[in-house]
Amino acid sequence: MTHQRAAAIPRWIYLPAALGATFVLLPLIAISTKVDWPHFAALISSDSSRAALVLSLKTSGASTALCVLLGVPMATVLARTSFPGQGLLRSLVLLPLVLPPVVGGLALLYTFGRNGLLGHTLAVLGIRIAFSTIAVIMAQTFVALPFLVLSLEGALRTGGQRYEVVAASLGAKPTTVFRRITLPLVMPGLLAGAVLSFARALGEFGATITFAGSLQGVTRTLPLEIYLQREGDPDAAVALALVLVVVAVLIIAIARPERAGR
Amino acid sequence: MSISRRFGALSFLAVAAIAAALLAGCGSSTKAPTAKPVTLTVFAASSLTGTFTDLGKKFEATHPGVTVSFDFGGSSDLVAQIQQGAPADVFASADESNMAKLASDHLQGETPRDFASNTLEIVTPPNNPAHISSFADLGHPGINLVICAPEVPCGAAAKKVAAAADVTLKPVSEEQSVKDVLAKVTSGDAMAGLVYATDVKAAGAAVHGVVFPQASSAVNTYPIVTITGSKNGALAREFMTLVLGATGQTVLAHAGFARP
Repeated sequence: MTHQRAAAIPRWIYLPAALGATFVLLPLIAISTKVDWPHFAALISSDSSRAALVLSLKTSGASTALCVLLGVPMATVLARTSFPGQGLLRSLVLLPLVLPPVVGGLALLYTFGRNGLLGHTLAVLGIRIAFSTIAVIMAQTFVALPFLVLSLEGALRTGGQRYEVVAASLGAKPTTVFRRITLPLVMPGLLAGAVLSFARALGEFGATITFAGSLQGVTRTLPLEIYLQREGDPDAAVALALVLVVVAVLIIAIARPERAGR
Repeated sequence: MSISRRFGALSFLAVAAIAAALLAGCGSSTKAPTAKPVTLTVFAASSLTGTFTDLGKKFEATHPGVTVSFDFGGSSDLVAQIQQGAPADVFASADESNMAKLASDHLQGETPRDFASNTLEIVTPPNNPAHISSFADLGHPGINLVICAPEVPCGAAAKKVAAAADVTLKPVSEEQSVKDVLAKVTSGDAMAGLVYATDVKAAGAAVHGVVFPQASSAVNTYPIVTITGSKNGALAREFMTLVLGATGQTVLAHAGFARP
């Protein structure tokens, strides 16, 4: 099979394909031509830029960890069990994928805000979520979680249950099977999902600005900083945008081999 | 051979295009005296959404066949769009610095004229949970104050006012726009915010406004201008006259704007 020549694709298909690629790449080239290169280092190393980059990396890391912690059990339940309403539940869990992030932010606000569903309970406990870094992490987790669940559930389903059944028949307890068989087998899928979640969290804007607010070093992540600088210092906005593009490209480059290896 | 043929085809196309353009030109010039549908495009700061929509309807009522089409947005976004060639006939800015950007690109049809001004006002939820009654109260800890970031006009004004009042503000969030500040207050998550007087008026019963004397240290002036190269120059100037005249000033005053 590996020696078989791939079936030829119609030659005309290269034209729309090239058009599509140009459509995606041209704006990226355009933005790099707009960068004020002589001042690039100064623009991206200002206090506010560094604070935004550090905050973005920290919160995206934290939300990716949360996604793994919550998403692995969710994907396992969705892939390995069946119960009435499972299809509906899956659709609902994946909803943040298609929801405009602003709507996600509003939903979070009406849940955890001061006048939200849990607002009173949280206030009694002395917990303030709005305007805190926790709110940023929650917003990012909300939008990034479906990416992890989706890729992991796919990996679990294609992986099948052969080895798990054998291990169980040899007397391994469910937790041992999960830890020693299931997880190692889907590790590439899990890594790819985690990288995608990280990338999504890094780019999160709408839910953060709606739910968390914007304060340097606390809630103002890189996308929010870019949006703000666009008003006052467009050169800094463009430079930071390029930083975000480079980080995103690096992440995709890391994720690719994992996906190919699956 | 093939080159000359292709050239021939090209020149034919060019002649056809010029002919079409000439015909179209003739067509419009003969029709001009009758009320040919015209669209006047007005770019205006988002804080003018309510008042200008209203004035646009009044303008259409007195100018049959004219449609006023608005693009409301942040003044700096609108300026950027005009600089990139967006087909605006009139531009109304929320501040003078954005208007000045057009002058350096020679895009102002004439000298801009100030038509309104706006000052900051404290906004709280309707029950004013933190009992804010003066600007100095905003400096107290634990009130979850939300203001605009200093990079945007409303934040620059807040900074100026705070300096004039000699109060150190410790906001929990510095938002991108005055609407974001208002949203945080109406949701109840912020106990106080700094927005424009017109925003307090527009929000009605959803908020409580506190006027403070130091607001006079940062007055935002709104200038209006026609854009160079506008195809509807005469109409654009008429719209400007409407805004600057009695009708415009009444509508603006009703929304909480002060005279410039």
